[in-house]
Amino acid sequence: MINNSPIIVTESLTKRFGEITAVNQLTLSVQRGEVFGLLGPNGAGKTTTVRMLAALLIPSGGTARVAGFKVGEEDQDIRRKIGLLPESPGLYDSLSAEQNLAFFGSMYGMENTAEQIQKYLELLGLWNRRYEPVGTFSKGMRQKLAIARALLHEPDVLFLDEPTSGLDPQASRLVREFIEDLKGEGRTIILTTHNLEEADRLCDRVAVISGHLLALDAPGELRRKIFGRKVVFHLQEANQALAGTLENFPFVSEVQVVDNKILAAVENPEDQNPELIRALLDGGAELQFVGELRRRLEDVYLELMEAVEDNNHGKN
Amino acid sequence: MERIKAIIIKEWREVFKNKFVLFTVSFLPLMITALPLVVLYFAGASDDFASISAADLPPQFEQLCGDLSGGDCMLYYIVTQFLLLFMMVPVIIPMTIASYSIVGEKTTRTLEPLLATPVTTIEILVGKGLAGVIPAVLTTWIGYLVYAAGAYLMVSNSAVVSKLFDPLWMIAIFLVGPLLSLLGVSISVMISSRVNDPRVAEQISGIFVLPVIGLFIGQMTGLILVNETFILWLAAALLILDTVLFYFAVQIFQRETILSRWK
Repeated sequence: MINNSPIIVTESLTKRFGEITAVNQLTLSVQRGEVFGLLGPNGAGKTTTVRMLAALLIPSGGTARVAGFKVGEEDQDIRRKIGLLPESPGLYDSLSAEQNLAFFGSMYGMENTAEQIQKYLELLGLWNRRYEPVGTFSKGMRQKLAIARALLHEPDVLFLDEPTSGLDPQASRLVREFIEDLKGEGRTIILTTHNLEEADRLCDRVAVISGHLLALDAPGELRRKIFGRKVVFHLQEANQALAGTLENFPFVSEVQVVDNKILAAVENPEDQNPELIRALLDGGAELQFVGELRRRLEDVYLELMEAVEDNNHGKN
Repeated sequence: MERIKAIIIKEWREVFKNKFVLFTVSFLPLMITALPLVVLYFAGASDDFASISAADLPPQFEQLCGDLSGGDCMLYYIVTQFLLLFMMVPVIIPMTIASYSIVGEKTTRTLEPLLATPVTTIEILVGKGLAGVIPAVLTTWIGYLVYAAGAYLMVSNSAVVSKLFDPLWMIAIFLVGPLLSLLGVSISVMISSRVNDPRVAEQISGIFVLPVIGLFIGQMTGLILVNETFILWLAAALLILDTVLFYFAVQIFQRETILSRWK
């Protein structure tokens, strides 16, 4: 569903608030149809980046284009092309779900508001409660309604700022599944989240930022870049002698013995595993099964943050 | 225009669900309309007025009353006193509505999604402003009509009653009233950008009602004579003040300022 035409392009995008630089020289591009994650600790500049791309804040430096329009110059055009779910749902509590959506339909100058309201309220399971004041809704229902509001005008780019933050597991799951459905439709989604498992599951690529860009790639590629790839050989009995047979291969950079397992860091397991398996069997190993050690995106994230902290300590 | 209309309707749906706002918007005009009618009722029934001669009145009253007799002039003077009281309605009502509308959006964080739509700052301000000005102006006009009808029934001298429709009253009700409403809205927008509680915004805005009360006291004590010239000067001053304050309100109500500094 992803095509190679970038829908968002930023070049050295910077935002300063007085003395504080919230976003520093951010350069990235997001492809049409991509689910792009913005990860980073609190105060990393995720929301500021989203707000700049949503034409809510004027960049202090650099440039950004969203759906072909330049941020800071063609903001009205950008606002027509994007949908935003802010950190807080920001709904009018005394208005009904339908009135909330109808109001935003008017703001977009939509002509088919009624049909769109029905479509999204039904999709999100809120149609039967459309006449009820939003103040009576649960947190999950409010979040779903805010998502419906962001989608009402069928935007080209959807910004979701912490969409599952503060929701109970059931509501989080519902929202996540809905985002997966949107991904299936080929929507371009910019997702900021602290839930790294969620980012791993939903995002085609992620950018880890902490004021500036720390890493940008597909979650799998980031894992590979930071931790390499490790193959786990489960044996009847593992020992150093067997591990030594693997160390002789030039493409094996590291070998460890852990319990009855041998872990080997290899460049390309798909091509190199057969050779390693043969060597182990020739060495008398009783091989039970072979797998790849799965690193979580959280490990990548923590590794990057640790590097930032080390760097900061170094400077101090 | 559709956006402004949608904002007005949304504001009314929201704000009028607030009992305090509803009370202020309905009770104040009721009181300000009923009070002068009660005074007129007792003044009209009193024999003391008939015995007042033109010589007993301060010299500035002559300019106000024209051919009216001493007693009728006194009666008309009382009627005119309440004109300034009426002028409080178009100031207070939009201040209350705008305070709740803008600070309310801040506290419920509804401004960010709204600002992410193609609606312009001017459309938001005009929509929110009119949501306060329309009920205020309509309430003032209805209150004035009720007052005029009551005066017609209670005051026997038709010359006094007809004075309620002279240019002084017409300019005051139909020009100064809306201008005062705009003033109230602009002040509320500016104050609302600095506070987080609608009641605080309303109380601070309330300070700006003091000049109207000052005029009322000034006229009662004879320091000021509210006549056609005065009211026209007042309208001109308000027009300039409204333009300047609305300009500042628009400057304060910038997307970036709202999102980064409105705390």
